[in-house]
Amino acid sequence: MKSPPTSDRINSAFLDSLSELVGGENVLTSPEDLIPYGFDGTAALKAAASCVVLPRATDAVAGVVKLAASRGIPIVTRGSGTGLSGGSVPVVGGIVLCLVHLNKILELDTANLTILCETGVITKAIDDAATPHGLFYPPDPGSIKISTIGGNVANNSGGLRGLKYGVTRDYVMGMEVVLANGDVAWLGSKCVKDVAGYSLKDLFIGSEGTLGIITKVLLKLVPRPVARRTLLASFDSMGAAAKTVSDIIEKQIIPCTLEFLDKKTCASVEDYAKVGLPTKAAAVVLMETDGPVSVVEDEVSAMAAIARENGAIEVEQAEDDAHATRLASARRTAFSALARIRPTTILEDVTVPRSRLVEIVEFVEEVGVRHNLEVATFGHFGDGNVHPTILTDETDHEEMERVELALAEIFTKTIELDGTITGEHGVGLAKKPFLQEQFADASYPMLKQIKLALDPRGLLNPGKIFDLESTNS
Amino acid sequence: MSDQTTMRPLKYMGDLDYSVVQQCMHCGMCLPSCPTYLETREERNSPRGRIALMRSIADGELEVTKSFGEEMYYCLGCLACTTACPAGVDYPVLFENARAEIEEADVLFHPERRFWRWLTLKQLFAAQWKLRLVGRALWLYQASGLSRLVRASGVLRLLPENLRELEPTTPIVKRHFSDALIEVIEPAKDQKHRVGMLTGCVQDLVFSDTNRDTVDVLLANHCEVVTPRSQGCCGSLHAHNGDLDQAAVQARHMIDLFDLDSLDAIITNAAGCGSHLKHFSGILKNDADYSEKAKQWDSKVKDISEWLVEINFRKPEGEASDSIRTTYHEACHLCHGQSISSQPRSILNAIPGIKMVELENATDCCGSAGIYNITQPEQAGKLQKDKVACIERTGAELVATANPGCHLQIQNGLGGTAKVRHPVSLLAEAYRNERAGE
Repeated sequence: MKSPPTSDRINSAFLDSLSELVGGENVLTSPEDLIPYGFDGTAALKAAASCVVLPRATDAVAGVVKLAASRGIPIVTRGSGTGLSGGSVPVVGGIVLCLVHLNKILELDTANLTILCETGVITKAIDDAATPHGLFYPPDPGSIKISTIGGNVANNSGGLRGLKYGVTRDYVMGMEVVLANGDVAWLGSKCVKDVAGYSLKDLFIGSEGTLGIITKVLLKLVPRPVARRTLLASFDSMGAAAKTVSDIIEKQIIPCTLEFLDKKTCASVEDYAKVGLPTKAAAVVLMETDGPVSVVEDEVSAMAAIARENGAIEVEQAEDDAHATRLASARRTAFSALARIRPTTILEDVTVPRSRLVEIVEFVEEVGVRHNLEVATFGHFGDGNVHPTILTDETDHEEMERVELALAEIFTKTIELDGTITGEHGVGLAKKPFLQEQFADASYPMLKQIKLALDPRGLLNPGKIFDLESTNS
Repeated sequence: MSDQTTMRPLKYMGDLDYSVVQQCMHCGMCLPSCPTYLETREERNSPRGRIALMRSIADGELEVTKSFGEEMYYCLGCLACTTACPAGVDYPVLFENARAEIEEADVLFHPERRFWRWLTLKQLFAAQWKLRLVGRALWLYQASGLSRLVRASGVLRLLPENLRELEPTTPIVKRHFSDALIEVIEPAKDQKHRVGMLTGCVQDLVFSDTNRDTVDVLLANHCEVVTPRSQGCCGSLHAHNGDLDQAAVQARHMIDLFDLDSLDAIITNAAGCGSHLKHFSGILKNDADYSEKAKQWDSKVKDISEWLVEINFRKPEGEASDSIRTTYHEACHLCHGQSISSQPRSILNAIPGIKMVELENATDCCGSAGIYNITQPEQAGKLQKDKVACIERTGAELVATANPGCHLQIQNGLGGTAKVRHPVSLLAEAYRNERAGE
C-alpha cells in the first residue's frame, strides 16, 4: 500500500487545475466554506475537509477524478450529506466531491416504465415526476425529501415500504459510473432480463463511494397503487406489538409498511408533529396497505383483527389520505425528533430475521438498563429492521464509554441471531469495527480483493467500510 | 483557524448555553426549507451549516470573521428551518446572538453601514417621535405631489444606485398616525375582556388604518382596548440586526407602557413584531428588575388572529368590500415564528363572500424579511418573483397577509394586479358593512 496522501498535495497548483475544470466558484477552500462539509447526518463524527468541489456537469466529475488520481489525492463523494454511518465524512488530505448540482431528470420512459436521473436528483423528486404518469418509485428512506438518488444507490437505502416493495437495489436497472482512474462506464440496461457478464451495477449498489462514483442512475418504476389504508394500533407491551407483526406476516399478508415506535419515540414525534399519536402506550404499530381497493379493504380488516387478537389497546384507521400521509411523515421524523431528549442521538439499524424480532428488541431494552443508558427503539418491524437509538451526550466521556459497550453487545447479539449489523444505513465509519465479526469467513478478505481490483491505489472514500491495511487476504 | 487562547472572548455567543448549538444533530431536515440553501446548494448557506460555523466558534476552532458575518446576514431569518426541525433547535436565539457577536467584533465595518445602523437602530427606531418626524416629512413629500415632480425631473439620478432603486418602493405614509385614530381607552359594549393594543413603528406610520381596524374588531368582540401613546419599535428590528442591548432597552420601554395585571392580553397585528414580542423573557433574562415581568408579558402577547380564535370571535353577517377571490400568504414570523397558521384562515373563511383559494408554497418567504430587501436586494428580489408567480397562478384578486413587511414586498411585486390586505381589515370591513345594511 502507498502511504496515505497528505494535505500538502492540495496546493495552489492543484486548486488552480480544479478551478479550470469546474470553475473557480465551484471550488471551496475557506474555513467558513469547509466546516459545514465536515460531517453528515451521523452523530459525533466529523473531520476537516481540505477542499470541496461542486461540479455542474457529469464530464467534469471524470475530469476531477482524473486530476485527483494523477496527484494521488483521495476523494470522498457526497450528496446531501444525510448519511447515518459517517460514509461521507471527509478524509484528511482528501477532497469532498459534492454532486448536488447534477440534479436533472434526463428521461421518463413511459413505454418501458423507467426513469433516468442524474445522481444529485432528490429522491422525492423522482416519485413526484412519476406520479402524473400513474407511476410510482417506492423506496422512501426517512430523508426522502433531502437525500439524493446517488447517495441512496451508493448506500442501497431502505425505507418504510421495504416489506412489500424492497429497497433501492430492487429498482436500479443501470448506472453510469466514473471509475477510480477517471474512465466512465455504463452498467446495466433498460432490459428486464440481462445476464451479459457479471452484474457489475450490483457491485456498485451499496459500495458507499469506495469503488466508483455514480453519476447517472436508471430506475425501474411500477404502477401507482390506486388505494391505500393506514392503521394505527397501540399495545401495552412491546412483545404484543412484535407478535402482531409476526402474525400478520405468518398469515401471508404483506402490507407495504409495518412500522413500530416505542413510548419514548411516540412522545418525541408527537411533541414535534402533533398528529395524534398515542403517547401512553408502550408500543405503537403503524400499518399501511396499498393496492386495488378490494384487496386493501380485506387486508386492513384482517390486520385490525390480528392486532385485536393480540390485545391491542386501540386500533384506529386514518381518516383520509391526508391523515395517512401526515402519520407517515411524522414517523419519518422519529430519529430527529428523539434529539429533543438529550444532546447526542446515536442511531443504529441492526436487522434480524423477522422471527427473531422479539429477542433483539428485548435484548436492546435489557442492555440499556444494564448500562444505565436512555434508549428509544423504533423501526421497520416488518423487515426485522430495528433502530435502537441511544440518547446521550458526546461531551460526557464516561457515559460515551458505556454507549460503546452497549453498542458492541447489541452488534454481537444481532450476529448471534443470524442478523446483520446494518440493514439500510451502511457501514461507513460508524460500523467499521464490527464488520469483521459478521464477515467471519472468507467473505471479509473478498472485500479487499474487490476494492483493489477497482481502486488499486485506495483513493475512493478510503477508510470507509473496512481498512485496507487491517485485512489479510 | 487560530489558537483558542489568542481569540477574543465571546460576549453574546459565550453567554449561550452550549446545549443550544448541540441540539442540532445535523440530520439535514432543514435543507429543503431554507431559501438560501435552495438558491446555492452550498452547506454554509443552510441552517445546519450556519449552526456548524457557530459551533466551531463556540469551540474556539474559528474566529468571528467577515465571511461568517456575511453568511449570517445572508440568512433571511425566515425561521422556515424551525418549522422543519424535528429536533427543536432554537434557531432564533442562535441567529440573534450570532449577529450580535458579529456587530461586537465589528467584522463588517464600513463607514456607510455604520451610519445607516446608527440612524435607524439608535435614532429612528429608538424613539417613535423621531420616526414620526421623518414620516411626516415623507408624507408631505408624497402627498404634495413633490415626489412625482422629483421623479419626473430626473434629479434622482444623483442618488447612489442602491438608494435610487429603493425610492419607488418607499411605502406611502398615512396622513394620520395611530394616536390620532385610536383613543387611549376605548370601552366596549358588554365588555368581556380588557386588552392592550400594540401600534408598532412602521405599522404606526404606514398602516395606521390596520391598527384602527384591529381596535374596531376587538371592540366588536367585547374587548375594551387600551392603547398607550408613542409606543415605537418593540426591539425586533434591533434583535434581528445584532443590537441585543438596544433591543433590551426597547423591551423595557414596552413593558413599562402597560399595566400587565389589568390586561387579559396584549394584541399585535404585525407578525414580525409578534414573534419577537413573545420572547422578552429571553432578551431580559439577566435583568433582575424585569425578568419576572418579562415572563408575564410573554404569556400575554397574542397575535390578533390567535386572540380572536381563542375568544371565539363573532362571525360577521356583512361582506367585506373586497368580497372576491382571495388567497393567503403566510408571513414567516406568523407561521414559523409563532406556529399560527389556521387562525388567519379561520377569520378569512368566516367572512361572507370571500372565496378562498390556497396559495402554492404559502409558507415560503416573500423576501421582505425585515430589512433584508434593502440589505440583500438580489436574493430578496428572487423570492419576491417566486411569490408573485405563485399568487398569479391562483388567479386571486386579493392577497391577505398579516405583516407590514410582507404586505409592502408583495404589493411592490404585484404592481397593482391584485390588492393586498390584512385579514383583520377585511373582518373590520365586514362588521362595518353589517351596520350599513341594517
